[in-house]
Amino acid sequence: MNTIYYLVQNMLPVSIPLLLVALGGMFTERSGVINIGLEGTMLAGAFAGALFAYNIQGSGLPPYMVLLICMIVAAVAGAVFAQLLSFAAVTMKANQVIVGTAMNMMMPAMILLISKMFFNSDGITTNVRYFIREVPVLSNIPVIGDLFFKNTYLTVLIGFLILIISTLVLYKTKFGLRLRACGEHPHAADSVGINVSKMRYIGVTISGILGGIGGYFYSVGITDGNINGHNGVAGFGFLALAVMIFGQWQPIKIMFAALFFAFLRTLAYSIPLIPFLDNLNIPTDYYKMMPYVATIIVLALTSKNSRAPKAEGIPFDKAQR
Amino acid sequence: MQDKNDMNSKTKEKKKINEIKGFSSFTSALMAIVIGLLFGFIVMLLANPNNAVAGFRYVLLGGLSRFGNVLYFATPILMTGLSVAFAFKMGLFNIGASGQYTMGMFFALYVAFMFNLPPSIHWIVAILAGMVGGMLWGFIPGIFKSLLNVNEVITSIMTNYIGMYLVDMLIRSNEVMYIPSMTRTNYIPQHVQIRSLGIAGSNVNFGVIFAILIAIVLYIILQKTTFGYELKATGYNKHAAEYAGMNGKRNIILTMVIAGALSGLGGAFAILAPSEIAGSSMTYEPINVIAVNGFNGIAVALLGNSHPIGTIFSALFISYIQRGGTLASLVGYKPEIIDLVISVIIYFSAFAAIMSSALGGFFTRRNKKEKDKSDTQPVEDIEHDIINKEAEK
Repeated sequence: MNTIYYLVQNMLPVSIPLLLVALGGMFTERSGVINIGLEGTMLAGAFAGALFAYNIQGSGLPPYMVLLICMIVAAVAGAVFAQLLSFAAVTMKANQVIVGTAMNMMMPAMILLISKMFFNSDGITTNVRYFIREVPVLSNIPVIGDLFFKNTYLTVLIGFLILIISTLVLYKTKFGLRLRACGEHPHAADSVGINVSKMRYIGVTISGILGGIGGYFYSVGITDGNINGHNGVAGFGFLALAVMIFGQWQPIKIMFAALFFAFLRTLAYSIPLIPFLDNLNIPTDYYKMMPYVATIIVLALTSKNSRAPKAEGIPFDKAQR
Repeated sequence: MQDKNDMNSKTKEKKKINEIKGFSSFTSALMAIVIGLLFGFIVMLLANPNNAVAGFRYVLLGGLSRFGNVLYFATPILMTGLSVAFAFKMGLFNIGASGQYTMGMFFALYVAFMFNLPPSIHWIVAILAGMVGGMLWGFIPGIFKSLLNVNEVITSIMTNYIGMYLVDMLIRSNEVMYIPSMTRTNYIPQHVQIRSLGIAGSNVNFGVIFAILIAIVLYIILQKTTFGYELKATGYNKHAAEYAGMNGKRNIILTMVIAGALSGLGGAFAILAPSEIAGSSMTYEPINVIAVNGFNGIAVALLGNSHPIGTIFSALFISYIQRGGTLASLVGYKPEIIDLVISVIIYFSAFAAIMSSALGGFFTRRNKKEKDKSDTQPVEDIEHDIINKEAEK
């Protein structure tokens, strides 16, 4: 039982960045823009958040306040960084995959450059204690208290809140309907007076916000509030894309996909703690490969009935029929 | 006589348009480079205004003094660049060059350490083994794309990670290759190394000559063979190519396998090269980091407009400013500034191509208009022309 508690407690903080970034990817793709640059966006958010935390960590603010403030900073940084994509993809009608690749290369170089020049290290190290040993009251509930309210981070709660908001926005608002229309059939949307370019700008900006927050939550929940340019976010931006495809561009399915991938990753890093798997004596690298292998298999299985937005990746040209 | 002149002027005009197209793809690459370098200069100014000019001079001119090493470092990125460019021609984005490159390195290393071959052919076998490794890793996204229609971008990103973990694991578990106390593999024996070109003060070797030859062969394949024509046709319009009876599925797999082979060769050239720069070749360090050279290949391919010969020059250029970037550390700047410049160049080359085609389209249209004006002949004249031509025959 303890092993299960341990796995769930560790899985949740890992799943949140995947969930948020995949949701961000969902918003852009639903508006018709492919965002390969999510890895870079995550790094932008993580770096801005960690940098801000580094500067205010001595001011005596409680950790949850630091988290909330830095979350906003990360969101802004991600949104600004994502404008590189929206400008190129929407206004300039450039190849979105290439632009995304450039964004992914830009951030690690930027982080290494800034950290080496101003901090004399490869990244930013903070000492804010985000970790919550147990939530008062709630952790006393049997089973559920152990699963969700012990050894956790505030990010888990915020992540699920954002999931609920995203679902409502996408399915229950006028804006969500319009956004989806732009990704499925932009010309039809255009013909009823929806500004496709504007919707795509908003879609990319939302992915920037969620990507930035996701990146900061990665640094909070997985690397203890630190971030460095060499390891970055370990491919989480790409994994999030896979999570999004596995989740068929639908928020709730994305959540389950994120939990699945987070479970695989947590398993890979906790082999020594699980006697049954430890006894098999398989090198841990095998388990580290698992999420990526699983991604390929999952994509192969779901490709036949993929529900990808029809117009994704195609620049909108009013004159084209 | 008159109609002959007319014909001449027509062919001349056609040539002019072609020239303008080639010219504008060159100018768009140049534009991306200039913007990228300017951005780098601004970052330098912001970071440390006093040394910015000196640092920027190192970036621009530093490579000149070490041209042998420019060639040495250009070899692997030329190969990955060719790999990305070749797939681009088919309309595929081979972002998996890193994984294929790493696989190529591993296969070459394995042959270098584990096989016992006569010294005269050992290094050639090692290079070919690297090619096979890359092919294997290019085959995976290829087959998933062609049979199951899985987007090659995501699968090849995943194969990057799988390849990296797999190679690190295989190397760490191999007692002959791996030295735990050094956390890296042994240095490969001298007879497996690629022969040096023997230019003093540099590490340039035969790898660069092989790479340039391969680029030329690729150019011939793309321009002169049916296979190359089919690839380009599929890249321009997949449905039209299929309608014309070209086997798209087979071509996708073949393209990815060849792209993988090129990256794998890049890995082999990199690891088998003799060098005096510690850790830059001859040994592999399993530290769970994805090979950067694969991503630099994307920049090389884009800058070279996916043209094999253009790729040679863009690889030289990228390697050149990288050397300059390392020299800029003499005045306090970090070499990462070049990675930043390269990413900015990729970013702008993504829409510089659009701009140039718009520019090219503008020129073509204007020329056409002028041509239309001059070409409006009365019907009788044309009839006259035809009669004249037949008479000439």
